[in-house]
Amino acid sequence: MKEVIKADQVQVELGGTEVLEGITFSVLSGELTGIIGPNGAGKTTLLRTVLGLVPIRKGQLEVFGVPVARLKEVRPRIGYMPQRQSFERRFPLSAADVVGGGLLTSETLLRRVSAKDEKIKTALHFVAMESYHNRPFQDLSGGEQQRILLARSLVRQPELLLLDEPNAGLDFPAQQSFTELIQSLKKEKSLTVLLVSHDLMSIASAADKLVCINRTMHIHGHPTDVLNSASLDEAYRCQFDLISTLDKGGSHS
Amino acid sequence: MNEMLEYGFMQRALLAALLVGTLCSTISFFVVLKRLSFLGAGISHTSLGGIALGLITGVDPVISGSVFAVGTAMSTGYISRIGKISEDTVIGIYYASGMALGIALISSFKGYYPELFALLFGNILSVSTHDLIFMALAMVIITAFVVIFFRELVMICFDEEMAEAGGLPVVVIYMGLLAAMGLTVMVSIQLAGVVLVAALIVIPGATAYRLSKNYRAMLFLSIVFGLVGSFGGLFISYYYPVPPGAAIVLVLALIFALAMAVRPLFENARQNKLE
Ligand SMILES: Nc1ncnc2c1ncn2[C@@H]1O[C@H](COP(=O)(O)OP(=O)(O)O)[C@@H](O)[C@H]1O
Ligand SMILES: [Mg+2]
Repeated sequence: MKEVIKADQVQVELGGTEVLEGITFSVLSGELTGIIGPNGAGKTTLLRTVLGLVPIRKGQLEVFGVPVARLKEVRPRIGYMPQRQSFERRFPLSAADVVGGGLLTSETLLRRVSAKDEKIKTALHFVAMESYHNRPFQDLSGGEQQRILLARSLVRQPELLLLDEPNAGLDFPAQQSFTELIQSLKKEKSLTVLLVSHDLMSIASAADKLVCINRTMHIHGHPTDVLNSASLDEAYRCQFDLISTLDKGGSHS
Repeated sequence: MNEMLEYGFMQRALLAALLVGTLCSTISFFVVLKRLSFLGAGISHTSLGGIALGLITGVDPVISGSVFAVGTAMSTGYISRIGKISEDTVIGIYYASGMALGIALISSFKGYYPELFALLFGNILSVSTHDLIFMALAMVIITAFVVIFFRELVMICFDEEMAEAGGLPVVVIYMGLLAAMGLTVMVSIQLAGVVLVAALIVIPGATAYRLSKNYRAMLFLSIVFGLVGSFGGLFISYYYPVPPGAAIVLVLALIFALAMAVRPLFENARQNKLE
């Protein structure tokens, strides 16, 4: 299988602070990789780095075999679902408007978006939300809104999907059905998925691989090990380690 | 009504109301969606400094005021984006110092005293042909900008992170919006005055936001409310000794209150339609 993401000793600085350091992992085509770590561990930053929104200071990062500096070339192949707080929930858009937003890129500036309605319908179909086309986004439940935002990240039919805590704030059934949806999409469309989550249990069962970070790399679990208890144990311990490191210093920020 | 139209100043004031009403309510749509209300108040008060500087030095006050207004808007956006100082702090500083500069300059120049009240609260007699030309120019530039980048502007208001990930020139478009906001505030000061102009770029959008679940409807309603407010206010200030700025804001506030009152009816109607 091909490597979709290959990170080697990646280091990232934001506003003079080292946010990521020594990040080494790889993601193979068709894999669902879970990224875990406490708040402020740098998970969002890692996704933004993969998108080329944040420059790397040291190390190497390739996405689809292209170094990050030239990431523009492969960006249309990447779908992104940002973390929940990045947008306004009561914004006056229909579900279709939200999904259509995913079609706006540097290439569509000053141009018409071709076959826009078709693409929106297809994306809504992927997440089984066709009937929500004209519904006001603000009237939807949290779980429904997340599905619409997932459709937005799929609207350009990407090969790689980056999801930042898509389950946060959902109730348990909604979380479960969302995770199942991602798994089935991954299978049907042979998507490669990078999924950030706080929910260790559900991510451990859904993911082919786990990456645990807190500024630096902690575990990089292999597909076969992920579900066995020893590796889960390790993941937990890593979480505890991280929390205690964080408490000790409150430091690096 | 007819006699009112015979006065040259009133023709100009009506044309100004049309331009200001449309411009302010279009910008208001974005101000509300992007939560820029406080910046609007900051811009208007700072531009008093620019206007006064123009009156004193002989530079066209509309030009010097615009430089202050656009400068305030864009530099506030820039400084808060770099992230060292928060937006409210920057606005708070501009707000007070611009206003202080304006008051100090105008007061020390006895000859201009009568104009201060007009500047602060607007005056229907004060719209000159020169001001109208400037308003029309601003209208053309801002309308072109909004039409060309409308989808991107809405996207940036909704979810900036996603807009950035799509490779959109977020900062450039956002700065363009701030500049448009500065220019709108400045050209509207002639009619509405420094103190109250900010309400013109807040209330129409805020009212429309309450009533609509779709941005197209919201923009349309915002413009309707803006025009009703500016024409309504103008009529009031023609028949009664009320400065237009105050009259326009009162009409807009009334519309807002009415909208709040009828909103439950809207929702019931929608509910019935769904069932
Ligand atoms: N633009 C920025 N400038 C400086 N520090 C930042 C910036 N963005 C994030 N950080 C810091 O980087 C760290 C990681 O943030 P983030 O990637 O959002 O973590 P996570 O998603 O794991 O909660 C945090 O300590 C945060 O304060
Ligand atoms: Mg995060």
